Amino acid sequence: MTAIDNRARTAAGDRSARPPVLRRKLFGNGHRPGFLTYGLLFAFFLASAYPLWWSVIIGSRSNEALGQTWPPLFPGGNFWTNVGEVFDTIPFWLALGNSVLISGIITVSVVVFSTLAGYAFAKLRFRGRDGLMVAVIATMAIPTQLGIIPLFMMMRTLGWTGEIGAVVIPTLVTAFGVFFMRQYLVDVIPDELIESARMDGASMISTFWHVAVPAARPAMAILGLFTFMTAWTDFLWPLLVLDAGNPTLQTALSQLQAGRYVDYSVVLAGAVMATLPLLVLFVLAGKQLISGIMQGAVKG
Amino acid sequence: MTTTLNRPAAGNPAARKTAPTFRQRLNILDVKASPYLYIAPFFVLFGLVGLFPLGYTFVVSLFDWHLLKGQGEFVGLRNFGEVLQDRFFWNSLFNTVSIFLLSTIPQLVVATAIAAVLDQNLRAKTFWRMSILLPYIVTPVAVALIFTNMFGEQYGLINNILASFGVDRVMWLNETLPSHIAIATMVNWRWTGYNALILLAAMQAVPRDIYESAAIDGAGPFRRFFNITLPSIRPTMIFVVITATIGGLQIFTEPKLYDPRTAGGTARQFQTTVLYLWEMAFQRQNFGKAATIAWLLFLIIVLFGLVNWLISRRIATTGDGRSRRHRPGGWRGKSSAAPAVVLPAIGSQPPAPSREQEPSDGQTDTAGNPTTRRGQ
Repeated sequence: MTAIDNRARTAAGDRSARPPVLRRKLFGNGHRPGFLTYGLLFAFFLASAYPLWWSVIIGSRSNEALGQTWPPLFPGGNFWTNVGEVFDTIPFWLALGNSVLISGIITVSVVVFSTLAGYAFAKLRFRGRDGLMVAVIATMAIPTQLGIIPLFMMMRTLGWTGEIGAVVIPTLVTAFGVFFMRQYLVDVIPDELIESARMDGASMISTFWHVAVPAARPAMAILGLFTFMTAWTDFLWPLLVLDAGNPTLQTALSQLQAGRYVDYSVVLAGAVMATLPLLVLFVLAGKQLISGIMQGAVKG
Repeated sequence: MTTTLNRPAAGNPAARKTAPTFRQRLNILDVKASPYLYIAPFFVLFGLVGLFPLGYTFVVSLFDWHLLKGQGEFVGLRNFGEVLQDRFFWNSLFNTVSIFLLSTIPQLVVATAIAAVLDQNLRAKTFWRMSILLPYIVTPVAVALIFTNMFGEQYGLINNILASFGVDRVMWLNETLPSHIAIATMVNWRWTGYNALILLAAMQAVPRDIYESAAIDGAGPFRRFFNITLPSIRPTMIFVVITATIGGLQIFTEPKLYDPRTAGGTARQFQTTVLYLWEMAFQRQNFGKAATIAWLLFLIIVLFGLVNWLISRRIATTGDGRSRRHRPGGWRGKSSAAPAVVLPAIGSQPPAPSREQEPSDGQTDTAGNPTTRRGQ
């Protein structure tokens, strides 16, 4: 804070002793940004929120609202009717349950295996460690999603198509997760802590459990959050291996638009309903999400 | 580490004289085998569901292979010859690159601008950050549904607004460039705020005293932005471009749902390569050719990645070394053989000595550490 203040104070002092009032209000006085900044931020906010607000408006009216020359600005009273339509068209609760289950399993698996491997790479010495770590890094840049055809054949041979398992299997581990945990743990656990645990006679796994896991918790939370988001938003793979009777939320949602006649008020009501769970997550964990992104988590 | 970990067993002279007891043997086994046991799940699973299918894609591409009838005769590289002469394949590649450019370049510009606005001493900082991140929690499917509606040719919001200003309706679905713009808009809307936060993190890592001395030397805010901020965040920008490349070249959901009854428009005007792959595999049921398309796209993405990597290495070495020197993002804490692709991912937050608006505990963290402690 002081650094900025000093910088700006000097800058302002160079130009004139006292900036005029209008100028100060628009551009800020150095301590605080002015109206221009907040105006821009408000514009960004509108651009972010308006499409969602638009789907709330249309989702709570009927298709006729789309024909109006001047678009309506506020929701109508048709939301629950449209929600009923959504329930009639797609198995919403089943899809929601499936999505929660799939994303949950993937998240737990990725976090557990990444923490184990990340810990080994960060804190244990073993033959071939560096070479294997390079392999992990190299695989991060490989688009494994392009292996969908053999994967699909695999699932069909195993008879898993249509089952949740088929969706979960391909993403049980990620190279990024291992790399992320390794980067975190390498600095955060002092070697002495592991040594003293070992001196006290703790086995390797109990050292992991009592030393590494508590230290890794913040990183595990962030990795979990992003893994969950990625699994939740996935569309192509569940579309291939699941059928319309047993969908994820994403594939079910896409069904709303698939008919010959598309009732957009229903489609957008569905979009709003599918967004609500993540909106709750966003309100609860938004700060963690932001800090995770700013600390360099990558998008899935 | 090995020696220290082994000390209880091997470092004890008494233990070395006599044969190791069962307990000690167990302990040695534990020390030696545990690391491999910990990394095994990752490598086994990744090999099984990641690398093997990718490699097997190439095998499939060498055969006549039907979705239902299964493996046919071996055809060598014939599929490759046919796909490379297939104008639909080139069309899909053109569409992919076009949508990719339309979504990456404006996104980067806007994200940088947003980051610069956010990189001030704001009131309600967290609120503004959350407000630009809001689109990220809307899934691509929902984004596609919402924007497909807004870009509707007949009753879409955007054409309605244009019409009320006397502008002709734009054929957002049926013409090539407008359809690309519409799809790129979906991508841009969802990812701009996200990338702005990554760039914001990089901006906040720029030492504030550089700005101060530039201001003392008479550099105005724009001059400071172009001469200090932009060069400093360049590695992070490259990182953003690279992730955008890997994801953008595989775009599927948005073009698939923009017109769900076709595979990329009635005249394939927005059929991307993955969409063409999907059509080839599951509509035309030709797995052999679909695998060929997948393999070619894989090569293209790897090629893009390599070019990006080379460019970023050059920029990193000829550009100012300052922004990288502080970076403990190299996985061994130094600039190693690790691809530069991943370095800024973790290193976008070097320790910032003069960042005083943050709680001090945040500054001792090295770049790879996501801390919830910082709370923002």
